[in-house]
Amino acid sequence: MRLDHVSKTFSNGTIALKDMSLSIRAGEFISLLGPSGCGKSTALRMLAGLGEPSSGSIVWPDGSHVAGDKKGGDIGFVFQEPTLMPWATVFKNVWLPLRLKGISQSEARPRIMEALEMVGLDKFAESYPRELSGGMKMRVSIARALVTRPRILLMDEPFAALDEITRQKLNDDLLRLWEQFGWTIVFVTHSVFESVYLSSRIVVMAARPGRVIDEIAVDAPHPRGIGFRTSQAYGDYCRRASESLLSAIGTADHL
Amino acid sequence: MTSIDHGPATAETPATAAHQDAAPVPAPSMPVSERVLRVLIPLVMLAMLIGLWAWYVAAYNIPKYILPGPGLVAQSLVNDWPILGMALLVTLKITFAALAIALVGGVALAILLTQSKWIELALSPYMVILQVTPVVAIAPLILIYAPSTQSALLICAWIVAFFPVLSNTTQGLKSTDHNLLNLFELYGASRWQTMIHLKLPAALPYFLAGLRIAGGLALIAAVVAEFAAGSAGAGSGLAFRLLESQYRLNIPRLFAALILLCATGVVIYAATSLISHLALRRWHESAIRREN
Repeated sequence: MRLDHVSKTFSNGTIALKDMSLSIRAGEFISLLGPSGCGKSTALRMLAGLGEPSSGSIVWPDGSHVAGDKKGGDIGFVFQEPTLMPWATVFKNVWLPLRLKGISQSEARPRIMEALEMVGLDKFAESYPRELSGGMKMRVSIARALVTRPRILLMDEPFAALDEITRQKLNDDLLRLWEQFGWTIVFVTHSVFESVYLSSRIVVMAARPGRVIDEIAVDAPHPRGIGFRTSQAYGDYCRRASESLLSAIGTADHL
Repeated sequence: MTSIDHGPATAETPATAAHQDAAPVPAPSMPVSERVLRVLIPLVMLAMLIGLWAWYVAAYNIPKYILPGPGLVAQSLVNDWPILGMALLVTLKITFAALAIALVGGVALAILLTQSKWIELALSPYMVILQVTPVVAIAPLILIYAPSTQSALLICAWIVAFFPVLSNTTQGLKSTDHNLLNLFELYGASRWQTMIHLKLPAALPYFLAGLRIAGGLALIAAVVAEFAAGSAGAGSGLAFRLLESQYRLNIPRLFAALILLCATGVVIYAATSLISHLALRRWHESAIRREN
C-alpha cells in the first residue's frame, strides 16, 4: 500500500495534508505520530476510503486506486471512541460488518466468537455496551474490526480516551495479537511512548500544513514487554522521537 | 508490575476484574418494600380523595344535579353501562384507528423528510400549519368534506396525533451518531441498511416519546372532534353522551362518562409508557435506574 504525493485541502481552504508520500509494507506496524492538526487522522481516513485526496493517489497492492473495493474485507477500523450501537448486544455489534455483507447470524457466529475470544470478551457476548467499562468497550470495537479477518488494521487514536492502566493493558494485547497474526497496522497516536512501544516504524508529522517530517525505524525485537519498556534502547527511541516531535511543533506556529 | 507483562487477556482494570469470571447479571430489581409502596401510595391517595368527595357532598347537602356523590356516580356507571360501554367502544375505535394511522404516517413521512432537505423544505411548512391550527376550528370544514361523521372524527384525531410522532421521529433520525454513520459508510452499508440497522434504532427513543404524547392526544382529539360534531355525531362516542347528559341534567351519568374518559386516558398513557420501558430498558439511559 502506498501514498503517492497525497494532498488534501478542505473546502474552507485548510491544507490538511501536503505532499505526503509513504509506502507501507505488509506486516508492518506503523505509527503516525504528531501534534493535533498534522493531518494524521486525515491520512488514515483517506486510507480507509473516507474522502478522496485532493491530489496524488493511494495505490493498493493490486494496483487499484479505490479504497472502496477493499471495504469490508481487507480493512478493519478502530476509532478513538468505541462507536458501538447502544441498542445492540456485544455479539450483534461485532456481527455488524458481516451482517452488512449479508452473512446470517448463525453463519457468522463462529467468527464473532473467535473475534471476541481474541480480545477476551467471549463471556460478554450478550451484554449491552453500557454494562461494560471503557476498556472493554474498546475491546469490543477491536473485535468488530477483527471479525472480517482484515489484512490491514487502521486505528485512529484508539486508546487516547482510556486511563493509563487500561491503555497499557490494551497496548500489550494489541502487540500480542499483531505478533500472532501478522496484520499490517497503521496506528495514529499523539503519544511518543505508545508509538515507540508498539511500532516497527514511526512516521513523525508536523502541522500547518500537515506533512511528514521524519521517519524512525524501531528495530527492537519482539515479543516486547515490560523488559523493553524499561530498557535503555526504549529510552533512546523515545528521546529520538520526542526530539523529532519537538522540531515538528517548533516548525509550526507557537502552540 | 510484572503481571502486566504477560497477563492473560481476560484480566481487566481492577474496577471490572471483580465480575470478570461470571457473565454479568442484569441490574438488581428494586426492593420489595419499594414495590409495595409504589402501588400503595397512589391507591391510598385515590381513596382519600374519594372519601373527601363523599364527605363534602354529604356534609353540605349538595344536590345531585350539581355534584353527585361517588356512590351515585358508581351506581350510574353500572346502570348505564350498556349505553356508556357502547359509547366507550366507539371512542376507543376512533382513538386507536387515528393513533395507528398517525404512527404509520408519522414514521413514513419522517423517513421521507430526512431523505432530502429539499423535500423537508417543501413539506414542513404545511406540517406546521396543520399542527398550529386548532382542530376545533377546522372540524366544521372536515365534517362537511368527509364522507361520514365517523371518518371526519378519525381525520380530526389523526391530525392532532400525527404531529408529535412526525416531529419526534424526524428529530431522532437526524440525531444519529456521526461516528456510527462513518462506521457504516466505511463498511460499505447501503442507504437501506443504514436506515434499518442504524437510523431507525437510534430514533427509537425519540419515536417512543412521540408515541406517549400522541396516545393521549389522540383520545383528546377524538373527544374534541365529537364535541365539534355535536348532534351530527348522534349515537356515537363518549363525548356525545357527555353533552347529552348535560342537556338532560343527568349529572351522575356525566360524571360516569368523565371517569371512563379519564380511565381510558390513564390506561393509554400507562400502556405507551410500558411499551417504551420494555423497548429501552436494556440500553437507553432514560429507562435505567441510576446507581451511585
